[in-house]
Amino acid sequence: MKNCLARLLLIGVLSVPAISSAEVVVYSARNEQLIKPLFDAYTQETGVAVKFVTDKEGPLMARLKAEGKNTPADLFMTVDAGNLWQAANKGLLQSVKSKTLQANIPDHLRDPDNEWFGLSVRARTLVYNKNTVKPGELSTYEDLANVKWKNRLCLRTSKKVYNQSLVAMMIWEHGEGKTEDILKGWVANLATAPLPDDTKAMEAVAAGQCDVTVVNTYYYGRLMEKKPNLALGIFWPNQGLKNKAAGVHVNVSGAGVTKHAKNPQGAIKLLEWLASAKAQNLYADVNLEYPVNPQVQPDKTVTAWGGFKHNLINVAEAGKLQAKATMLMDRVGYK
Amino acid sequence: MRLTPWLIVLPIALVTLIPVAVVVSSLADIDQEIWQHLWQFVLPELLVNTVWLVLGVGLGVTLLGVSLAWLTAACDYPGRRFFSWALLLPLALPAYVTAFVWLGLFDFTGALPTWLRENWNLTAIPEVRSRGGVILVMSLALYPYVFLTARAAFQGQGRRLLEASQALGLTRAQAFWQVALPMARPGIAAGLLLAIMETLADFGTVSVFNYNTFTTAIYKAWFSLFSLPAAAQLASILIFFVFVLALLEYQLRANRSYAASTRAATAPTRIVLDGWRGWLAAGWSLKVFVLAFILPMIQIALWSGDVFAADFDARYWEFAWHSLLLSGLGALLVGALALALGYAQRLPPGGGLRFTALHFTTRLATLGYAVPGAVLAVGIFIPIAWLDNLFIDHFGAASQILGGTLAVMLLAYAARFLAVSYGPVDSGLARISRGVDEAAQSLGVVGTQRLWRVHLPMLRVSLLTAAALTFVDIMKELPITLMTRPFGWDTLAVRVFEMTSEGEWERAALPALAIVVVGLLPVWLLTKGQDHAIAC
Repeated sequence: MKNCLARLLLIGVLSVPAISSAEVVVYSARNEQLIKPLFDAYTQETGVAVKFVTDKEGPLMARLKAEGKNTPADLFMTVDAGNLWQAANKGLLQSVKSKTLQANIPDHLRDPDNEWFGLSVRARTLVYNKNTVKPGELSTYEDLANVKWKNRLCLRTSKKVYNQSLVAMMIWEHGEGKTEDILKGWVANLATAPLPDDTKAMEAVAAGQCDVTVVNTYYYGRLMEKKPNLALGIFWPNQGLKNKAAGVHVNVSGAGVTKHAKNPQGAIKLLEWLASAKAQNLYADVNLEYPVNPQVQPDKTVTAWGGFKHNLINVAEAGKLQAKATMLMDRVGYK
Repeated sequence: MRLTPWLIVLPIALVTLIPVAVVVSSLADIDQEIWQHLWQFVLPELLVNTVWLVLGVGLGVTLLGVSLAWLTAACDYPGRRFFSWALLLPLALPAYVTAFVWLGLFDFTGALPTWLRENWNLTAIPEVRSRGGVILVMSLALYPYVFLTARAAFQGQGRRLLEASQALGLTRAQAFWQVALPMARPGIAAGLLLAIMETLADFGTVSVFNYNTFTTAIYKAWFSLFSLPAAAQLASILIFFVFVLALLEYQLRANRSYAASTRAATAPTRIVLDGWRGWLAAGWSLKVFVLAFILPMIQIALWSGDVFAADFDARYWEFAWHSLLLSGLGALLVGALALALGYAQRLPPGGGLRFTALHFTTRLATLGYAVPGAVLAVGIFIPIAWLDNLFIDHFGAASQILGGTLAVMLLAYAARFLAVSYGPVDSGLARISRGVDEAAQSLGVVGTQRLWRVHLPMLRVSLLTAAALTFVDIMKELPITLMTRPFGWDTLAVRVFEMTSEGEWERAALPALAIVVVGLLPVWLLTKGQDHAIAC
């Protein structure tokens, strides 16, 4: 009995054999169901095992920091650029020189210092009620502050990183003062208190509680797959503009090699494979996201929504300004 | 060697005190810009919100918990046997899942308002995403804590007490208000304190409602303003507040005896509620049961049905086994530690001041429950990583020895859930008079023998309660499990996290359902134990 208990207590040790150099260890804030199929495919193709653990970004970064140079992690994976920027800023990542990564990933979707790389694009766009809104009425994110949208706007909570990134980009484009005015307009136009997630916001639009909202496209894809009869349309904002605010706001899900990686070469190889043409569809399609690699076409559901112009500001800027954006949203009472 | 209480209390307290100290140590490093922002724009709203939430949920769980505990413990009415275990079931449901289901049913886009709009053109429906809504949902999710501890208290009183008070000329209602209820105060307070601590530490439920509280500010400081120190500082304030609360609870019952007749468990003579009274009691019990359990369960079962074919695979058995293993071992360990802590209070105290210090330390040991999980997880992880680094750097270990082991996970759960076990055990011990100890002593039954032969049998229900509560709490626990689990070693709660973190609530229903099913086990055991206690 004692023996049995001792064995149980050591289960962790036993199931974590000393890390072999071939293996790559990943700390991931991207869900298991989105990354495991990829890692399995990679192992099958190369014979290299990938070991991973999932958690939120904050705890994973605290973990990397506490483990210091003894961390088992080689790669840190997130679902937004802001957290990657933070990790780099806290000295948790290392710069990587790879021609393959530079060729496969557009400039604005990776760190200027090459400490992290976007692997899929998450576009944040407008979704409207087809019965009450004509696409011609819609134009830009900024226009949602216009009084004509009074009581017609639904927004997800400001606590979600996607909204913080969007507002951070607006601060970069317009400065803090003008962004504050825009946010005040948004808050004044809200038809109901901010909703807990993108899906709920779209459902509110479909139910007529409001007419337009701002969401990540894959939530739209998921919802329409389940309820194809909803009268919801997708709209690409900021397309006609010529200034800094031109283009749809994009964020990335991505990864960086940890500063104290035991197997940095293995981690770089995995990154290169993830950005390669053959893996990109697997990476993006499983969640209806956009591939970062411009040579790769998105899933056909996604392609059917039509093409759009990206905002080309480097996503790192969103990371830099995220705290400021959060404070600004607090100040204007966007909850 | 004479066993001094400190030898027991101090090592156990350290399990919690070290992580809590790590959290509180953040106070040394104040970021002025962030604090000024929080002070000016965040704290005023959330303080008001938090106070309302605590008052509302406190009142809600007391009303629900005490009324139902009294009905099922002391009365007889149609369905009593069923309700006495069924009313515990909401414990097995993670509160944030209940919250999400409620939103799905009663929000503007929810099933009921949509139906009312489409069929009756009714639009004047109270907003569920409101202060009242959060309070209601959290009360429904947390009342079982009070229900359990109050019920154990009422049962421990035995019928003699009531008979005696009625023989002394009190009416039934007077007997309840003037004797039974005040005597049950330690039990009620223990459950209430747990519910309040859980309310203060909750992040999931309030997030679903987008209701800003102290905890949401803690996560905002950490995840959005990227200041873990500021988050830990906010958490320290919370810890301080709960500590004061815990001392107040103790003060409330200091210098009073709640010991009951030791021959309490004679054949029960329940107060029979017949006619409309009985149906009223049954209706009240049914209403709470449906709102807190049946309604969310129907929704969860429906969602699970939708995704079952695609998502259910052989790995689920492994997840369930891991959850069961962690919860089972965790409940045993934490239960044993709580018993040791409680028992230490009964050892010869050795003078007023020293006794106070002992009690103070014991209270500190139970503070982990009031710290938001993810913050405590970091507090646990940092010292463990420090030790691991020590072994690697100076003693030639190849990799982490402690991190990612079950032993560390269990200790971490102890740091978090000691309060959950300690509450019921402590209130159970309070009902055993010192006279019992003296009688045992005069019969030559002392030391551990006294524990095994006298106290343990009398504490049966309290210990079962403690273990069952801890079991289901570990089943539902997320942040600590996420941060300390071995690679590739997932539990049912981890599955819920994987699905909800990308907003796939429908797919999260399947592991949530599995949690409820596995969580039924301790509830069933507990009920059997409680019934046994009455019957014998």
